[in-house]
Amino acid sequence: MVTNADLLALEGKPGNFTAKLNIRPRYIDADACTACGLCTQYCPKHHVDPYNEGLAITRPIHIDYAQAVPATYYIDPSSCMYLQHDTCQICVPVCQSHAINFNQKPEARDLKIGAVILSPGFGKIAPETLEKYGYGKHPDIVTAFEYERMTTASGPFLGEIKCFSDGRHPKSMAFIQCVGSRDIGCNNGYCSSVCCMYAIKEALVTKEHDPDVDITIYYMDIRTQGKDFDAARERAEAIGIKFVRAKVADVTPWENHLKLTYSTLDGQHKFESHDMVVLSVGLESPKDAEKIADITKIDLNHYNFCKTDTFSPLQTSQEGIVVAGAFQGPKDIPESVTQSSGAASLASSVLKQQRGKGTVSKEYPEELVVTDDDEVRIGVFVCHCGINISSVVDCPEVAEDAGGMENVTYYTENLYSCSQDAQEQIKNTIKEKKLNRVVIAACSPRTHEPLFQETLKDAGLNRNLFEMVNIRDQCSWVHANEPEEATAKSKDLVRMAVSKAAHIQPLPEQTVPVTPKAVVLGGGVAGMTAALSLADQGFDSVIVEKSAKIGGNLQNLKNTLAGDEVAGYLKTLTDNVKKSKRIDVITDGRLAQTSGFVGNFASVIESGKGTKKKELTVDHGVIVVATGGHEHRPDKYLLGKSKKVLTQQELEKQLAGRAKNRAPDSIVMIQCAGSRGDDLNYCSKVCCNHAIKNILKIKEINPASQIIVLYRDMRTYGYAEDAYLEARKKGVIFIPYEVDRKPEVSQKSGKVQVDFFDSIMQEEVSFNPDLVALSVGVVPDGTAELSKMLKLPVTANGFFLEAHVKLRPVELAVEGVYVCGLAHGPKPVDETIVQAQAAAAKAAIPLVKGYVKVDPIVSSVEKDACIGCGICVSLCPYGAIQMIKVDKKRKAETISASCKACGICASHCPTFAISMGGFTNEQLVSQIEAFGNKKVEEKVVA
Amino acid sequence: MGKAILHREGAVMILGGGIAGIQAALDMTELGYYVYLVEKSAAVGGVMAQLDKTFPTNDCSL
Repeated sequence: MVTNADLLALEGKPGNFTAKLNIRPRYIDADACTACGLCTQYCPKHHVDPYNEGLAITRPIHIDYAQAVPATYYIDPSSCMYLQHDTCQICVPVCQSHAINFNQKPEARDLKIGAVILSPGFGKIAPETLEKYGYGKHPDIVTAFEYERMTTASGPFLGEIKCFSDGRHPKSMAFIQCVGSRDIGCNNGYCSSVCCMYAIKEALVTKEHDPDVDITIYYMDIRTQGKDFDAARERAEAIGIKFVRAKVADVTPWENHLKLTYSTLDGQHKFESHDMVVLSVGLESPKDAEKIADITKIDLNHYNFCKTDTFSPLQTSQEGIVVAGAFQGPKDIPESVTQSSGAASLASSVLKQQRGKGTVSKEYPEELVVTDDDEVRIGVFVCHCGINISSVVDCPEVAEDAGGMENVTYYTENLYSCSQDAQEQIKNTIKEKKLNRVVIAACSPRTHEPLFQETLKDAGLNRNLFEMVNIRDQCSWVHANEPEEATAKSKDLVRMAVSKAAHIQPLPEQTVPVTPKAVVLGGGVAGMTAALSLADQGFDSVIVEKSAKIGGNLQNLKNTLAGDEVAGYLKTLTDNVKKSKRIDVITDGRLAQTSGFVGNFASVIESGKGTKKKELTVDHGVIVVATGGHEHRPDKYLLGKSKKVLTQQELEKQLAGRAKNRAPDSIVMIQCAGSRGDDLNYCSKVCCNHAIKNILKIKEINPASQIIVLYRDMRTYGYAEDAYLEARKKGVIFIPYEVDRKPEVSQKSGKVQVDFFDSIMQEEVSFNPDLVALSVGVVPDGTAELSKMLKLPVTANGFFLEAHVKLRPVELAVEGVYVCGLAHGPKPVDETIVQAQAAAAKAAIPLVKGYVKVDPIVSSVEKDACIGCGICVSLCPYGAIQMIKVDKKRKAETISASCKACGICASHCPTFAISMGGFTNEQLVSQIEAFGNKKVEEKVVA
Repeated sequence: MGKAILHREGAVMILGGGIAGIQAALDMTELGYYVYLVEKSAAVGGVMAQLDKTFPTNDCSL
């Protein structure tokens, strides 16, 4: 990790680049700094804190935030008295570890590298654009970034929302959308694709703070097209957040309020007064985009973001240099994370010859042997989580309470137990105090248990000699208004954990080898891209395609919105798949059965029908689910009943044909004809773009064609906004409809008639177009069956549910199984390609390693107590228990590597012969007893 | 001023240490490559480190 560094030059070619860096001095020796913070306390000079968006004051010598990595302070030379004026140096004697060094000089460093991933992020909207909305004229007009810091519990206002002008709590707030986006006035014609989401989030958070505050979001279109994002919008509406479709003209201070002038769709000018106005600012290309382009010789697009193609969305114009994140185009966290994994896949193929040659594997100290004979020495660490826990729970009291318990040799509190310095401290304490059990009371083990277990390993302790108590979610969050009870509950939970900890035993770590092969389910663009990407990285795969031919939905498309020709791309893709020695394709195939676990799956693949039916068993290490989806066919708007009603896909086909009247003179398009609550309870993400694409084609063939689009929100996010603007310039009429006033389609004497309410003219309209095109939405293919077979969770809408929607977007709950394409959610082809590349990167990880670690919390059978009844075998959902013969008696035995530690077997064993590692009966009973203990005491006291 | 030249076989440079850069770095290491994560500011984390909660679940963003 090289921080404070600028890239000055990049030379060479793929596989052999040299990057020249300039590393600016921190003026603090990173190895010596303990991040104690004393220097900041003594530094006399003020420094506007950019981390808090200028809402707070820090000192030139500071750290951005407590959990910053590296956990080292630094001096910002722009305001340091010594570096600017040669005076002061107070910090030097203050620092106990003598870490401050004003003699540090900029360092030049050359890196020899094989590939480059560009992920410089995004830039901020220029102040001139914000000034149009009164920003800078009145303190209560803030940007959404500033507001985010204001609402943050660990931010400068500790989460208190107040007007800057006079400190009052705002009673009425406005969010203005599309500030610096969809605005050709500031040359940002694109949609920033994230602002609608964060505005809704911030509005919901505000309502959590103060349910009485009145919130209005002024918008043009609400673009919550992401997976399950619409649900949050509906939630926001349900709790009273108002959505007003309007364009805000200006914001002017008016007494101690702010007056918004806005115009609505029907041409009215209205005024509204608010206490506070939040500007939902867009994302711009990074400030140094041009510099990066100069150095790396990559091309930028017309908005100064990195230029890429629909079919190779992460490849820059320079070989060996790939891009990920917002620099490729404005996008949210899951999209960025997906692109990063995809970029890793591409970079990995560039470098595959050198894989594993430059890395150093981490070595752990030898594990301390802990036996029953050893004295139990428990250390208890209570985390404040900044103020996330400590503002509600009395952490010192909790720690002290635990300190008084038997076997507890040490107890303390941490501000952030997860921070790097706290980790070091825990590690050292384990060694110094000879701790052999560790209890940490902090946040969720779901996110942080692995981190703390790693710390134990670093200190030479088995990672299972650890108990974690969630006093954040279970105490400070849910009992935020009852601090005393929350503290009492924390004490209970910690006491229980300590009692259990006294009984926990080290569990051995196991590893099993991996079969380096993938099974890819689905031969559409997602499956093919994933298989090719794995092949590029040196791994074999088998594509199982259910139809007679690979190609999937791309076979139904002619062009992309950006104008790329699909057939040519599809041909190259299928040819590459067929040519690849690393890819086997099974058409007419289906997965009949899968057993095993990550690294060691065995699948039975059936293919053909009748006499040609074949079965093939494949051993493989990973599964990529790319089963795709198809166009939904709603039973409404006369679809299938009238020849004049088509879906967008059918229209696209017609437009590509040679029919004379293929682009008729009048067309009505109805958006959300299936999606968003009609048939499908979600936004299908692709239909708006699909409609615009067809519109531009129609206008190309028949410029006189009159086109009316009836829509709810036009979701032409990202660069697709350009095409939407072009359609409007060509005279296409866009009319929004409300969900309780949907258009109706009827047929009279061979003519179709569309009746709708024109929300612009405010009148009912009847129209007889030559053609009606429906945007019908996307549904997944066969996810229910596969979900049962592979035990994969699906969402309420039938798409596969990823392991973590933000941070693990292509992994599924079952280890070794990855998802991409329409099986994950509706998405356009470029996003599908990225996701397939990302899935390939994730799938390659266990294949590269060659082994997988087995979680030691598995069930084990005590053979003497087992009566061989076999109940456990019949109940195990993972086939992880088998019956064996021991001295001619039937006994159960766990297959550790398949066991998921669900505990069903243990809870059903009639003789209590099965116990779960880390959850033995003895441990659980002691936990329950510890909970009971307090109640008895309380009664006595009372 | 000395000029250090670092050479590790199969190394990749990632320019920008926000969530995208960090994720790419983690994946590349897991895939068996040496990573130089180059960040212009004093700490990695980028804009996501400034966020309190994330849409649509309002999860903590740490």
